[in-house]
Amino acid sequence: MRPTRTTDIRILAGIVALGAIALLIGGAFAGLIAEGARDLSGAYAAFDGYLLRIARFTLWQAILSTLLSVLPALFVARALARHPRFFGRELILQLFAVPLALPAIVAALGILTLYGRAGYFADLLGGLGGGPWPGIYGLSGILVAHVFFNLPLATRLFLEALQTVPADQWRLATQLGMRARPAFRLIEWPVLRQALPGIAGLVFMLCITSFTIVLTLGGGPRSTTLEVAIYQALRFDFDPIRAVALTLLQIGLTLVVVLVLTRLGANTVGDANLPIAPRRYLWVGMGEAGFNAALIAFSLVFVAGPMAATVAAGLHADLGRLVMERAVRSAALTSVVLAFMSAVLSAAVSLALIMARRALSLRRSEQGKTLLEYAMDTGAGFVLVVPPIVIGAGWFILLRHVGDVFALAPVMVVTVNAVMAMPFAIRALRPAYDASSERHERLCAFLGISGWNRLKLIDWPPLRRPLATAFAFAMALSLGDLGVIALFGSESVQTLPYLLLSRMGSYRTEDAAGLALILGVVCLGLMFAATRFGKGASA
Amino acid sequence: MNDGGRAGASVKLEAVEFSYGEAAFKFDVAFTPGGITAVMGPSGSGKSTLLNLVAGFEIPRAGNVVIGGKNVTSEEPAVRPVSMVFQENNLFAHLSIEDNVGLGCSPSLKLTPLQRDAVGEALTRTGLDGKQRRLPRELSGGERQRAALARVLVRDRPVLLLDEPFASLGPALRDDMLDLVADLQAEQRMTVLFVTHQPEDARRIAKNMVFVENGTVAATGPAEQFFSAGGPEAFRRYIGFESESHDVARKRT
Repeated sequence: MRPTRTTDIRILAGIVALGAIALLIGGAFAGLIAEGARDLSGAYAAFDGYLLRIARFTLWQAILSTLLSVLPALFVARALARHPRFFGRELILQLFAVPLALPAIVAALGILTLYGRAGYFADLLGGLGGGPWPGIYGLSGILVAHVFFNLPLATRLFLEALQTVPADQWRLATQLGMRARPAFRLIEWPVLRQALPGIAGLVFMLCITSFTIVLTLGGGPRSTTLEVAIYQALRFDFDPIRAVALTLLQIGLTLVVVLVLTRLGANTVGDANLPIAPRRYLWVGMGEAGFNAALIAFSLVFVAGPMAATVAAGLHADLGRLVMERAVRSAALTSVVLAFMSAVLSAAVSLALIMARRALSLRRSEQGKTLLEYAMDTGAGFVLVVPPIVIGAGWFILLRHVGDVFALAPVMVVTVNAVMAMPFAIRALRPAYDASSERHERLCAFLGISGWNRLKLIDWPPLRRPLATAFAFAMALSLGDLGVIALFGSESVQTLPYLLLSRMGSYRTEDAAGLALILGVVCLGLMFAATRFGKGASA
Repeated sequence: MNDGGRAGASVKLEAVEFSYGEAAFKFDVAFTPGGITAVMGPSGSGKSTLLNLVAGFEIPRAGNVVIGGKNVTSEEPAVRPVSMVFQENNLFAHLSIEDNVGLGCSPSLKLTPLQRDAVGEALTRTGLDGKQRRLPRELSGGERQRAALARVLVRDRPVLLLDEPFASLGPALRDDMLDLVADLQAEQRMTVLFVTHQPEDARRIAKNMVFVENGTVAATGPAEQFFSAGGPEAFRRYIGFESESHDVARKRT
């Protein structure tokens, strides 16, 4: 049976949401194109050797980061899969989920605290190298930070893939007497190989659009990526034409990458789910067990190190004074208010898109998807292609003719962060809504329940928990973000990450450490809440 | 691959205790060597656990698992003289049928020409001639289970554990498969432990019965005795004999 042909309010809501997103992204492009058109020869001239060098470095660091994250992750995931039950395994997996929630600037600071010129390990590393430790700025810093973020992510995704091997097959392998090598070749590698392009693609995408890490750890023009160069062109050199050229190059680059990725069947949204340990029937030899233990321990130390350093340095700071400071308080308030609004917007827009998509797919019988449905479906995932800095840059260039760019900071931060969190929110919401619709659609149609009544009476109860998950996730993401605010931030509008960046810039390291701890704890708290809500929803 | 006259090994669980979460199991049972024994019982009663203990996938908390007179309690699954066939997932999806069967000879798939011949022979014997190169998904459910049985043949172990291997097949196909198992058993004289929910399966090929209830063996005996009017009370209740006998009784009056 088919629902009535009258215009469904859900489709209307979805069109409004889609329109808003299109406006946000389209406005940015309009700004870029208008600026480029005003000065075509200048725009051409901006594509110089310097620009190409930046593009090359952007690609190079992303390739290295991906290799260094994904290859070890293969073996760490395998080690974790081969030992489904040992003390602390759950804890390690929980810990490996933390970088997903940790603001990049907090992690960057943690890494500096550990491996920086004045870091905890400086003496040790200097002693090893013979001479004073030069610190970890530049490519090495970027790589360490990217591996810190992406090794745990890739490990968890690979582990998930390995856990799709049915328990019976493991038993069978054990009975047939497969040792580590044949088991890897015949069972584990085929599964890993299937997951590899998607996971490597996701990591590559994250690294090629990474902004905060490169900004804080790049440490100079030699190690600059396109995103950071856009920021510098707008904030320091005030060279909008160069910014346009850089932005176009960045968009072109990400577009090519995404096209290749979709070809490979990659999923460009990371997952926060915790894989559960199944009962496994394995006999692992002593030698292999030792190797696995060393591998797990090493990755654990690598991931936990910067977190521990963040906590240690943060506790060392004068937290009491920091909390009482006016600038900190107002930044915290600004952060919370903006993140809250961003999260509300993100959840609302995502819900509208999901409902519209569902309504459209119910409407069509057998014929293929319409363009509109397609836009609601996959279009939403594509916003990740357009990095926040690019949207910010477009609007920055467009708005500077209109008036005070910095006065519009709150609007930009709220909207851009809302859209950036959307793919994650959709992931949390869509299964619940589709399941509810599956169950209730006919009943609603035949009882004439629609619009607001339906949302309140029928859809709200099953959506409450996933909405809370989406909200908390979006809020954590927005709270820790240092993308748009880096462009639009000023003395009058500061968020916590922005304040943190400026304290780092003025070498007030203790303050920065204290702020990082506060920010990290709040974001982790939110993310923890998000997964708790999520668990309740699936139960 | 077939030395004809060898008798299957005896299988004994001696005061074996095992627990998994809330569930506790205690088995003390001996299976007749060289015959087919059907293991029946309600869902969750411990039938599969019993097989897992024999195979070595679960390790008892107390007691001994003895196969062919040898205590194998602390031996790992690969060295126990046991093969097993599950309801599903018996084949690795990305390997050809030939390779899947070949794994029974060598877990790293390095086969000698002699072993290759054995694989071919086993495939012929199980009616899979000409399907060597196929992938599991290109076979029907029945053919996949045949391939699993072919692997059992090349593995050539004296004990075969079947964990509801034909539960997802239709009745006619299931009968074919049961007959194949019975034939293979007659040739190889393996000791077969056969978990099933279908009384007619047990009647068709099993010589002996083991009835499991509440984590322990509630009754054992020859199949014909089990399915006769004098069968164990608990078993008769499980397969619903009671109502049938009422019918019979009523008709008689």
